[in-house]
Amino acid sequence: MKVRVLVRLKPGIMDVQGEAVKRALAGLGFSEVSDLRVGKVIDIDLAEARPGEARARVGEMCRQLLANPILEDYTLETVDDLAPREVAR
Amino acid sequence: MRFGVVVFPGTWSDCDFHYVVSEVLHQPVRYVWHREHELGQLDCVILPGGFSYGDYLRAGAVAGRSPVVAALRDFVTRGGLVLGSCNGFQILCEAGLLPGVLTRNECLQYRCQSTHLVVENIDTPFTRGLRAGQVLTMPISHGEGKYHTDAETLARLKQQNLVVFRYADADGRVTKASNPNGSLDNIAGIVNPEGTVLGMMPHPERASETAMGGTDGLLMFQSLLGSLVEDGSFLKR
Repeated sequence: MKVRVLVRLKPGIMDVQGEAVKRALAGLGFSEVSDLRVGKVIDIDLAEARPGEARARVGEMCRQLLANPILEDYTLETVDDLAPREVAR
Repeated sequence: MRFGVVVFPGTWSDCDFHYVVSEVLHQPVRYVWHREHELGQLDCVILPGGFSYGDYLRAGAVAGRSPVVAALRDFVTRGGLVLGSCNGFQILCEAGLLPGVLTRNECLQYRCQSTHLVVENIDTPFTRGLRAGQVLTMPISHGEGKYHTDAETLARLKQQNLVVFRYADADGRVTKASNPNGSLDNIAGIVNPEGTVLGMMPHPERASETAMGGTDGLLMFQSLLGSLVEDGSFLKR
């Protein structure tokens, strides 16, 4: 089973990295960007075929290490194939 | 007083701390590898600055779950002293031994500069030789030193007088301009309610000899030495 973890800064936590990227985009002419926040994607392949069990285990991983509950929220996606649907080259 | 200096892959201030303890304070000290479980015989364990595990995931996140930090929990329960500086402070927060978290500096810059710290709490073995309101000068060197916690925890830190150092100007005034990283309430260092675990972003080991440009960091080590009682316990006041 493959599980994708999306870790984001909680609403209200200032994302200085996102601010810097937003400014850089504005410098390239993308002035329509009103807000930008940077998060993390963690793809986990684990030896567990049952989606519910896999999600429970990964949820525990998030609580113990992958996300810091003071700063970050996380969401889980169970996917059959984590290959990106669109590949940009 | 027997010191241990913990070394993770990526730690960089370990030699500086070892040098100050052995060559300036003339106290016994040994390096403690991050896989070690045995901290017996030590009075004070130092978590130095650096980039443990390359700051992967979050600063201090991986080190905060290492075998030596698991052993550190028992060490703290037994009343042992722990000093975490810079990355050491980040590790203590990630491990939950201190509340809160250190995040990216608000200015987005890595800040390597001298700072003034006003001493807020002298009821710890680390600060009992200092005066409340005393201004110390010590360097910082970090990119992720902005202290953050929720409003409830901040209120508890203040109520229990657990904030030990705040960034200030040369006269001890806590101002926005003297805050190098955007830290909540100018917090530079905090302690646990027992007064035995101190985390701080500044580097006392880099201010411990005149040749280094200052000796205010040494005052903390001298406080520590003066706090050890013959039975192995520590004086707080």
